[in-house]
Amino acid sequence: MPDVRVVNITKTFGKILAVDDVSLHVHEKEYFSLLGPSGCGKTTLLRLIAGLIQPDKGEIYIGEKRVNDVPPEDRDIGFVFQTFALFPHMNAWDNVTYGPKVKGFNMEKATTIGHEVLEMVKLHERLDAFPNELSGGMMQRVAVARALAAGAKTLLLDEPLGQLDAKVRNELRYEIRRMVKDLGLTAIHVTHDQSEAMAISDRIAVMKKGKVLQVGTPQELYMNPQSVFVAHFIGESNFLEGYISNKNNGKITVELRGGIKVGVTNRQIEEGEKVVLAIRPETLTIEKGVRKGDINTLYGAVERITFEGTNIRYEVRLENEDLIVVVKPSLMGEWVGNDERVTASFPPEKAHLFKYPETGLREAITVE
Amino acid sequence: MQNIGGKTLPKSKIIEALDKFSSRPAIRNSVYLSSIIVFFALILLPPILGIVIKWNTMQQVLNQPELATRALTAIQNSFMIAILVSLLDIITGLPLAWLISRGKSRWLNVLDTLADIPFIVPTAALGYSLLLFWNEPGGAATLFGASLISPGWLLVMLLHFTFSYPVVVRVMVGALLDYKMEYERAARTLGAPPLSAARTVTFPILKPSIIAAFILAFARSISETGATIIVAGLTFENGSVFIQKMRNDFTAGIINQATYEGATVFASLVLIIISFTIFAVIRIAGQKAKIPTKRFWPSMERKLSYSKAENGRNTITLLVFFLIIIIPSLFVAFPAIEALFTRTLSDAFTGTGIWKDYWQSLTLSYLLGATVTVLNIIIGLPMAIIIARRKFGRLPSTILDLLVNVPLIVPSIALGVSLAFFWKQNLTFIPEIWLLIFAHMAITYPYFVRSMSAAVERISVDLEEASRTLGAKPFTVFRTIILPLTKYSILSGAILVFTRSVSETGATSAVVSSLKTAPVVIVNWVKTKGLATPLEIGLGCGFLILFSFIILLALRFIARGKGRY
Repeated sequence: MPDVRVVNITKTFGKILAVDDVSLHVHEKEYFSLLGPSGCGKTTLLRLIAGLIQPDKGEIYIGEKRVNDVPPEDRDIGFVFQTFALFPHMNAWDNVTYGPKVKGFNMEKATTIGHEVLEMVKLHERLDAFPNELSGGMMQRVAVARALAAGAKTLLLDEPLGQLDAKVRNELRYEIRRMVKDLGLTAIHVTHDQSEAMAISDRIAVMKKGKVLQVGTPQELYMNPQSVFVAHFIGESNFLEGYISNKNNGKITVELRGGIKVGVTNRQIEEGEKVVLAIRPETLTIEKGVRKGDINTLYGAVERITFEGTNIRYEVRLENEDLIVVVKPSLMGEWVGNDERVTASFPPEKAHLFKYPETGLREAITVE
Repeated sequence: MQNIGGKTLPKSKIIEALDKFSSRPAIRNSVYLSSIIVFFALILLPPILGIVIKWNTMQQVLNQPELATRALTAIQNSFMIAILVSLLDIITGLPLAWLISRGKSRWLNVLDTLADIPFIVPTAALGYSLLLFWNEPGGAATLFGASLISPGWLLVMLLHFTFSYPVVVRVMVGALLDYKMEYERAARTLGAPPLSAARTVTFPILKPSIIAAFILAFARSISETGATIIVAGLTFENGSVFIQKMRNDFTAGIINQATYEGATVFASLVLIIISFTIFAVIRIAGQKAKIPTKRFWPSMERKLSYSKAENGRNTITLLVFFLIIIIPSLFVAFPAIEALFTRTLSDAFTGTGIWKDYWQSLTLSYLLGATVTVLNIIIGLPMAIIIARRKFGRLPSTILDLLVNVPLIVPSIALGVSLAFFWKQNLTFIPEIWLLIFAHMAITYPYFVRSMSAAVERISVDLEEASRTLGAKPFTVFRTIILPLTKYSILSGAILVFTRSVSETGATSAVVSSLKTAPVVIVNWVKTKGLATPLEIGLGCGFLILFSFIILLALRFIARGKGRY
């Protein structure tokens, strides 16, 4: 049963640094996601692991074996392509049994495996169909079945759901996870969709511009982001700029623009330093009217209300002209009207404090 | 519209007028219709009718069993050679195309350009070059102390291999570059070594291109005349050499007109019918034929996929390429260099003796090539759009698509002879230069329309529709979307047409009696003993290659400047 280790991997395409000195350890039987905006190097990293491209520097291990010089067909992996890459001249059955046959299994064994995997993806009636006769969802099922049929213990998935409709996508992602878990495979799944990554992964690596910013379980990334980018990309955050005005026994006072003072508990940051405070919209509570006196309160007026079904979303213009978003469950508490004066507050331990990024806040959270 | 300094320049009056015309469906359709009419009237029907009107002369041949047998043997040779050569082309051309399209070395660009050399060398010069290399003292023969290969079927095969090989390489490099690598990568991740992946996935997907390459090489081999007759020797005949010899005998007064016409019609007809049958079989069987994809030989193919075997394959490919294709093709240039230091050069430049004819013929060749290229663009583009965009519905487009190929299948000498019958019989007042133009149009038209319709098909209809929704009239859509996006293909189509026209010999010598193009003159020099010295022939071929090369290079520079999209 293999784990996958990537050690100090670097890959450039011409002048573009696609993967920049990345190290990762994917544990055996883990469902691991590489998450990031397009162009962050996640697909390149996956292709490096598969051996479809060669790294400039660094080492790749699958199980105990260093595979840098091993061609893709000998790495014992299954790969699911974003475009499916089903062989157009073969029907579903020939596509699925391609792996067992090309690996030299005897016919009987190849047939047994073929039936097993097609059963698993529930496509048994369509084994005569050619790729152009199948729907997107079916093609992707065949693609997954084909990757599984070769018997590999590591499954690499490159945006496997990217080309499918929302409904199909949501169904298939749980199905893929179930199959991976049932078969005890190690899976590495590339996606730019944070909700997809959160829903199916044991752990996620968030990537940006060729670097891995943070690795952790979905909960860790959400509860404890280590950078402005992760706070922004996983879930949603309000960012407020300010500086540390006082630091006392682990209690930190941050002065925001316009002299608003708030208290937070986490992080070792020096007095006087410029910071960004990140507050998730769902940790803020909102009340009508102005309730003075508390340290973690922000005052403002509701500028826009969006009813989203499950949630209701308020955009509040603060006194200092910063705009924050507050999300509340639609069925809880009392609704606030447009232009109403409100008080928003948050518990000190729920806010995240970051050093002000050298590149500026906008650049640090951009997903372009 | 162009926008300079914030001001909108007024469109030129002509463009405005064309825009206005183009939005009337009646005018648009009449442009398309006239291109169809021109196609039928000038390109498709004359060669067919030319044979039909001489139908009864065939009796002459059937009455002379000896002549009939001779014709049939010659035709049999044509097909044997064409099939063998096309198969060899695929077997040896595919690895080179693979190397060019997949390799990473910078030198591969040079290799890619070199692969076009036999295109540049007019076939008549190519034939002479091969003759010098394989047969005459001073060529490869020097190494072995004797004439290596005498004129005859083997040399004809070598020649056909040489000039059809680049066709296969060109087509396959294009196909491999367009191919979605994802399929092959998928096969690799499923456990297939490179060779198995290529055999079971890439080649089956590229099968249409492989078939197209085979058909092109085959058609090229069947129809070539000028070079073949140079290397065929005294006794060996294929179909086109037979027709050419009949014609020579007739001009020399050895046989009568009836025998000549009968033999020609008979040979042409048999060639055309068998060609059609073979193409139809390839079309139908080719679609069904399966490259064996269901069986695997894992350990053997694995061994053959890596280092030693791969290096071996590349070495053999390059050796074949240089020793059989490139060096023999350019061998003719060596005597030309020697000729530069003798009286031959000054004779040539002062136009003394045979050189007067030569320069006239060279000028004629290039003027003809240019005219034919321009005419092809004018009448071929609308046809390409009709086919690619199914302007008159699916069925008519498919039928036109098939009919466009017809002149490709007809051997060029048969085409020329039958054109001569048709035009000279009925419309005697037409000057010979027009016959030349018609013949060359018929031969080159399929090449241009083929490559253009493929290029237009690659442009997404969305782009045209987007342009229309932004307010562009049909002519402006053509001018601002189709034309810029297909510029590269138009140029490469033009290169194909131009080289084909400049090197054409068989049909040319058949349609005209007084006008001579450069290849016709060179064939004449080579065939007529004592007319020209080897130095003169070498220099004659050398000039033809040199000027063709310069023109093509210039066209290529223009093409490259525009870039690909």
